[in-house]
Amino acid sequence: MIEFHLDARSGVAPYLQLIHQVRQALRLGLLRQGDQLPTVKDVVGRLAINPNTVLKAYKRLEYEGLVAARPGIGTFVTSSLTDGSLGALGPLRRDLQRWLGKARRTGLDDESIEALFLNTFRSGSEEVEDIA
Amino acid sequence: MTSAVLRAQGLGKRYRRRWALSECTLDIPAGRVVGLVGPNGAGKTTLLHLATGLLQPTRGTIEVLGGRPAAGPAQLARVGFVAQDTPTYAGMTVDDHLRLGARLNPGWDAAMARDRIERLGLDPRQRAGKLSGGERAQLALTLAIAKKPELLILDEPLASLDPLARREFLQGLMEATVDQGLSVVLSSHLVADLERVCDYLIVLVASRVQVAGEVEQLLATHHLLTGPRRDLATLPAGQQVISASHTDRQTTLTVRVGTPILDPAWTVSPVGLEDLVLAYMSRTTKADRKPLLEVQR
Repeated sequence: MIEFHLDARSGVAPYLQLIHQVRQALRLGLLRQGDQLPTVKDVVGRLAINPNTVLKAYKRLEYEGLVAARPGIGTFVTSSLTDGSLGALGPLRRDLQRWLGKARRTGLDDESIEALFLNTFRSGSEEVEDIA
Repeated sequence: MTSAVLRAQGLGKRYRRRWALSECTLDIPAGRVVGLVGPNGAGKTTLLHLATGLLQPTRGTIEVLGGRPAAGPAQLARVGFVAQDTPTYAGMTVDDHLRLGARLNPGWDAAMARDRIERLGLDPRQRAGKLSGGERAQLALTLAIAKKPELLILDEPLASLDPLARREFLQGLMEATVDQGLSVVLSSHLVADLERVCDYLIVLVASRVQVAGEVEQLLATHHLLTGPRRDLATLPAGQQVISASHTDRQTTLTVRVGTPILDPAWTVSPVGLEDLVLAYMSRTTKADRKPLLEVQR
């Protein structure tokens, strides 16, 4: 089971934040096929948000084929987003940690590291598109 | 049967010579959590008291769940009301309150009430006067939902609560809406308090409804436009200007439109709920200076 949280200052609609967190958990393997999502009552009882916000997020995830609602029981994960690449996450994370250590040793602060990463990430994905 | 939880037509209430509410026309569908927002003295309490039948209209009509407010025992049982500052009887214990609730309400759910009190960690033998503000609010909420209403009306329930108690109160309220399929109307002078819980919004300023509708719809049809300075008379007919400000070079507008904005001169940004409410507020406050809406805690 995962627990949702909301960033009120992000400007991202709450239902989109919930969707994003489910997808993220699927990608990281925190949620697997057959796992149950928190019930609507659990989510509103924790986050103090409108029940329709949760319903909207779950409907959207259902439409995307990631979860399925079983009436009276709950909403369950039906698909994964990791496509077997989960095993590669550990080594990749270690590489990234090494790289972060190197960046800090050269005197970059967190904000600069984040900017460098995002900038490289964006130009990197453009290159991939150009090749494709 | 009607699906409207509250319907008002030309509703008005006058105290002596002052109109506390005028020309109020609303049609709120069932199953919503409705936020009634406006500055103090705007007429929020008057509207809620008209809906509960504590006040009689001077003009127009109001229908709640298809019936006249407080028309009889059956109508009273369908509507729960938590008055301003979530009142309880200071000299009575928590348990006394539950017993009183059971005696006064035909549909009382005793098991649910006891369960809620237990989960809140309230001592049944404690006098209400000795409870904290947050606990008192939770006790009042318990009484209101244990009577199993179809509509729950709350007048400024959060005003005297600290941030943690506010969160806990709203958590309990949202759980109850899921459990019982409740419709809820709650008022506040703080938009930020209601932003997460409401899916329908009414902005009431200076005794008049300024705007009312589904939150999603309101956010989709209101935009913030910035661009070179512009005469408002040159705007397309479909764009209703809610607020406008100008510098010598730039114009900033909050507009309500039904169609996309195509004019390339404008930079179009979305409007948050708080800014949207404030835009309607400042529109009226410019005409007659009333106290401003509080945005900060």
